[in-house]
Amino acid sequence: MKFGVVQFPGSNCDFDAFHALRNVMKRPTVMLWHKDHDLQGVDCVVLPGGFAYGDYLRVGAIARFSPLMQEVRTFARGGGHVLGICNGFQVLLELGLLPGAMLRNKDLKFLCQHVHIRVEDAKTDFTRAARKGQVLRIPIAHFDGNYYAPARTLRDIERNGQVVFRYCEADGTVTAEANVNGSMGNIAGIRNTEGNVLGLMPHPERASEALLGSEDGRTIFESLILSLERRKPARRAAAGKAARHD
Amino acid sequence: MKVRILVSFKDSVLDPQGQTVTNALHTMGYDAVMNVRQGKVFDLDLEGVTRKEAEALVPEIAHRVLANPIIEKFDWEILKVR
Repeated sequence: MKFGVVQFPGSNCDFDAFHALRNVMKRPTVMLWHKDHDLQGVDCVVLPGGFAYGDYLRVGAIARFSPLMQEVRTFARGGGHVLGICNGFQVLLELGLLPGAMLRNKDLKFLCQHVHIRVEDAKTDFTRAARKGQVLRIPIAHFDGNYYAPARTLRDIERNGQVVFRYCEADGTVTAEANVNGSMGNIAGIRNTEGNVLGLMPHPERASEALLGSEDGRTIFESLILSLERRKPARRAAAGKAARHD
Repeated sequence: MKVRILVSFKDSVLDPQGQTVTNALHTMGYDAVMNVRQGKVFDLDLEGVTRKEAEALVPEIAHRVLANPIIEKFDWEILKVR
């Protein structure tokens, strides 16, 4: 499978993501310039961390107007896989591919530290290689990661099981103390209802090699590879079954 | 035409920056200040737009771009007609 990493002016984790995917996960990976209109046939689009357009207006607010993001929106609506990391998550919220919004961290501090997140759902295409309840140690680095959704939206997200990661203690307990940025429901990562778009604040690419102090982030990339490289035969089987029903 | 758009958090959304300003004012002895909500101001110069057109255009711009309707609300006014 082929990954594509989107570059905006102000992206700064683009090469980290590129390195993790190409050199660590050993999958073909291309850079996608935000002004282009071509996704170059990638199977998964990664929106990396950083400060797209300097976070002007609001985090992610301007990036969503990039020509390439119109392609990404169409790609996602057609079932294509999109992973938004940190600023990439913020862009997905502004783009409307994921519900909710980001507020400034509760203590008004830029947080740059390792956190623990619990895998709430191990059946998604982004967590297939994990166990439900598994605790991942992955760093965060953000000013605006305080996840917010109106009460009704939050209820829907919880009811649909769209919360994929929650901030937790090392033993997996979800506590107020572990909720470093003040996110509603300790939410660190959510998916869309269809399950092909995921956004999370922690940086898996910064935890993809032992040298970096944690390899837990690889789980997310491994899950995507597992899901997408197995998908093609699965799709054919499903198509065959559908045909027989006719 | 000059218009001014004010964007601020909805009342239901916590505004930690406004809260911090409130605390600072209290530290300085301004006890009469009960609460501060912080927002953003956008001044737009519009050309070739009638007042009626502005009444449709400005809220559209505010809603689509300047404010995030999930967390923010906006108000606007005409500062100068020409």
